[in-house]
Amino acid sequence: MTNQQKNVTALLGTKLGMTQLWDEAGRLVPVTVVSVGTNVVTQVRTVDADGYAAVQLATGQVDPRKVTKPLKGHFEKAGVTPRRHVAEIRTENASEFTLGQEITADAFEAGAVVDVVGTTKGKGTAGVMKRHGFHGVGASHGAHRNHRKPGSIGGASTPSRVFKGMKMAGRMGNARQTTQNLTVHAVDAEKGLLLVKGAVPGPKGGVVLVRNAAKGA
Amino acid sequence: MQKLDMIDAASLRSDIPEFRAGDTVKVNVKVVEGNRSRIQAFQGVVISRHGGGIGETFAVRKVSFGVGVERKFPLHAPSIESIEVVSRGIVRRAKLYYLRDLRGKKAKIREKRDS
Repeated sequence: MTNQQKNVTALLGTKLGMTQLWDEAGRLVPVTVVSVGTNVVTQVRTVDADGYAAVQLATGQVDPRKVTKPLKGHFEKAGVTPRRHVAEIRTENASEFTLGQEITADAFEAGAVVDVVGTTKGKGTAGVMKRHGFHGVGASHGAHRNHRKPGSIGGASTPSRVFKGMKMAGRMGNARQTTQNLTVHAVDAEKGLLLVKGAVPGPKGGVVLVRNAAKGA
Repeated sequence: MQKLDMIDAASLRSDIPEFRAGDTVKVNVKVVEGNRSRIQAFQGVVISRHGGGIGETFAVRKVSFGVGVERKFPLHAPSIESIEVVSRGIVRRAKLYYLRDLRGKKAKIREKRDS
């Protein structure tokens, strides 16, 4: 956990979609627009009380009638109205945050290097070619009804079993994924938007977490 | 994509004349050489307009020294200094890819007279 050693800046938001724009040099830049709006701090975890330092962020609207009593109490403690999405971020400087504190898109500036965490689009049951990038079997030369099959999955009487973790067909997508070292192209604090260069996991409208890069210089 | 219209609006250009496939246009392109910048004109027939919004592109074809040359430009690119419509043409297609197979007089497009 390299994150624990660092001061982490993070924001929860939703992916709006992708577009493109030109930079000063006239180059076309593909960007993903992430709407972060305003995040609020709903809980601060300290080493003394919880054994680790972290900040809990919340964002998004929710019908107050649909919030359960325990959650209502949790948000009341922070002195904020209930929010839809909550995430905890481990950071060394957690004690610098206060309950109910608002964090906006200003937290990042243009040119910052960030990691974006999201849930990838679900693909359902997928074969090995799509799921693991297998090359499949030849289209011709006598290949018979096995064009997209994996081929051999191991030996016969030795070891007389299939090894654990063998790559096979199955559920694909709808999994948490972190895209590392993306650049923040621009920040629109007024509208609460982050323009991140490149693609970000998940569908439009999906919840993403933008935080400063864990790796890199 | 309507959600992102406001972001695209900042990069959209408003100084683009109306033109379509078959028209002859002169595209003045900014060319940067080291730290000098100059303007280079590319004149030819528009053979296609593709896409919409910020990603719209158009293709211009000309025959230079007997060799067909095609260039595709993003319509809203800042590297385009200006677009001038030289003449309007009479065509019955939106994409004039058939011009690639024609030579000489057959590759000529009838010009639209009056306005």
